Amino acid sequence: MKIIACIKQVPDSEAKVRAEGGQVSWGDAPLVINPFDEYAVEGALQQKEAAGGTVTALCVGPESAKEALKHALAMGADEAVLVSDAALNDLDTVGAAKVLAAAIQKIGGADMVVFGRQTLDNGAGLTPAQTARVLGWPMLGLAGQIKVEGGSVNVERVLEEGRQSMKANLPAVLSVVQSIGEPRYPSFMGIRKASKATIPIWSLSDLGATAPAPIVTRTELMNPPVQEKEVEMVSGETPAEIAEKLADKIIAEKVL
Amino acid sequence: MKTFVYIDHFKGDVQPASWEALGLAKSFGTAVALVFGAGVDAVAKAAVEYGADEVLVADDSSLTDYRAETYASTLSALASSLNPNLILFPTTARTREMAAMAAVDLNTGVLTDVSALEANGDSFVATRPIYEGKVLEKTVCSGKPVMATIRGRAFPKPNREEGKSGTITKVVAAGEAKSTVEGYSASESAVNLGDASIIVSGGRGVSNNPSLTPPAGMDEKGAEVWRAQQGFALVTDLAQLLGGAVGASRAAVDGGYITYAHQVGQTGKVVAPDLYIACGISGAIQHLVGMRNAKVIVAINKDADAPIFKQARYGVVGDLFQILPALTEAMKKKLGK
Repeated sequence: MKIIACIKQVPDSEAKVRAEGGQVSWGDAPLVINPFDEYAVEGALQQKEAAGGTVTALCVGPESAKEALKHALAMGADEAVLVSDAALNDLDTVGAAKVLAAAIQKIGGADMVVFGRQTLDNGAGLTPAQTARVLGWPMLGLAGQIKVEGGSVNVERVLEEGRQSMKANLPAVLSVVQSIGEPRYPSFMGIRKASKATIPIWSLSDLGATAPAPIVTRTELMNPPVQEKEVEMVSGETPAEIAEKLADKIIAEKVL
Repeated sequence: MKTFVYIDHFKGDVQPASWEALGLAKSFGTAVALVFGAGVDAVAKAAVEYGADEVLVADDSSLTDYRAETYASTLSALASSLNPNLILFPTTARTREMAAMAAVDLNTGVLTDVSALEANGDSFVATRPIYEGKVLEKTVCSGKPVMATIRGRAFPKPNREEGKSGTITKVVAAGEAKSTVEGYSASESAVNLGDASIIVSGGRGVSNNPSLTPPAGMDEKGAEVWRAQQGFALVTDLAQLLGGAVGASRAAVDGGYITYAHQVGQTGKVVAPDLYIACGISGAIQHLVGMRNAKVIVAINKDADAPIFKQARYGVVGDLFQILPALTEAMKKKLGK
C-alpha cells in the first residue's frame, strides 16, 4: 500500500508567540513538525506495518521544513518530498490543497493520504477536506482508528456526539486524531538514516503548476487582551469554610 | 445583503451556535437558513422561530447520514444559483469539512473560528485566533460568497418565538456520496464543551487521593485510573449541580482517566465558558490556551506555585478531595437545590 503523510513545520508549542510589528514572532523557539502531524505519520506507519507498502512524508514550506520531514523519516517514513517555492509564501488553505494535490499526483498517486487534524499555526483544519475535494477522493476525517480491508478503508471517527464508523473505497484522504496512538519516538537508527537522506525539493514548475492566487488574506495581527484581574486566594481554617467563601464569590460573579 | 446560515444538527439536535449564526446574519440583512437531512421538519420550524426570513430544506434520503461530499455539493449548488453574499456556520467537525469542500467548488475561502465579524462595504472582516489563540488575526476573503464558521458563544443568541410561521421551501440534494456510515457507538456520551456556559475540569491531580484503597488485585496503573475515576466523580457532581459540562486536561486524558471528548486545550477543545473551575490542573500552556478566555476562572490545586493560579480569578491552595465536595455542598445550600 502506498501511503502519503502530509506534514507542516510550525513553531514549537511551548513558544511564546506574539504579534510584533505586524509579524508573528516566536522568539528563538525551534521550528518542529506540527504536533498533530506526528499522529498522521504514526497512523501512516501503523498502516504500513499492517499491510506492507511505503510511507512518503510530504510537506509544502520553506527549505527549513526539511527538518520536519527528517523527523518523519526518523520515525520510520521511507521517503520525503518538500515542495518549496518563493511564489508560495502567501498560500491559503485552498491554495495549499491544490499544491498538495499536484504533488500527490507527481509522486504517482497513493492509496491513502493521511493528515493531522489541524496545524498549530493557522489552526483552520480545512486543508485535509480541501485536498480530498481537489483530488475527488473520499474524505474520512478525525479518524481514531483505521482498518484497511481489500480495496476499502474503515475508520472510527471521534466526533463530539460519540464514535462513528465510516467506510470508503481507496484511494481516500484521512485526517487522524490522538486516539490513533502516541507517535513513536525516532529510533537511533532512524535518526542516522534521516540525517543521511536526500530530500528532493520540487518547485511549482516541477509540479507543472502556477501559484494559486490567495483568496483569504490577513489584514491585521493583534495580541489578545491581557487579563487584568489579579488572582484572589481564598483560604480558611476548614474545607467547609473555604468552600463557603468560594461559593459566595462565585455566586457574586453572576455567572451561574 | 443576503446571508445563508447553515443549521448544523446531529439527528435533529441542533448545535446552539447555529442560532447565534442566524442572529448574526439578521444583523447584516436577510437571513436564509439551510437545513439538510432526512425528516428535518422540526429543525426547519425551529429556524423560522429563531428568526430566519426563509428556510431552504433539502430533505432527502441521500442526506440521512451526514457525509461531507453530499452536504458540500448541496450547499455549493444552492450558493451558485442563489448568490448569497455570506454563508455562516457554527464551528463543528461537520461544518469545517463541508465548508472546506464547498469553498473549493465555489473558488472562495473559509474563515474559521470567527469571534467577530464586521461588514465592510461588500466584504467582511473576521477576527479569529491563530497559534492556538496566542495571537489574533483580522482576515478577509476576496472570493464570493464569503464563508465563515463562528465560534460558539461569541455572538448573542436570538430569542425564539414559538409558533411563528414563515416560508419553508424544499430544495434538492446534490452530489454523490463517497462513503458509507456503518454506525455510531453509544459507548461515549455526548460532550459539548464548546457550548457549555459552565465547565468543571479535572487534571492529573484527581488521581492523587492516597486515602482511597482500590479494590484488591488491581495493578498500579489500574489503581491509578480507579482513583482518578473517584476524583472525576467529585468533578462531575459539581458540574451536574451547576448544569455544566465536565472537562479534562491532556494529562488526565493521556492517563486514561476520561475520554478524549472531554479534553480542553491545544489538542482538545478551545472553550470560553462563563465559569471554568480547574481542579488538580497545574496549567501547562497547552491547557491555558484552551480556557483562558473563560469569564471567571477558579483554580483548586495543592501546589501554590502552579501556573494555573496566574490565569485564575479565584484560587484555593488545598486538597481537591476535601474542597470539591465541600464546594458542592455549599453551592447546593446557597442555590437552594
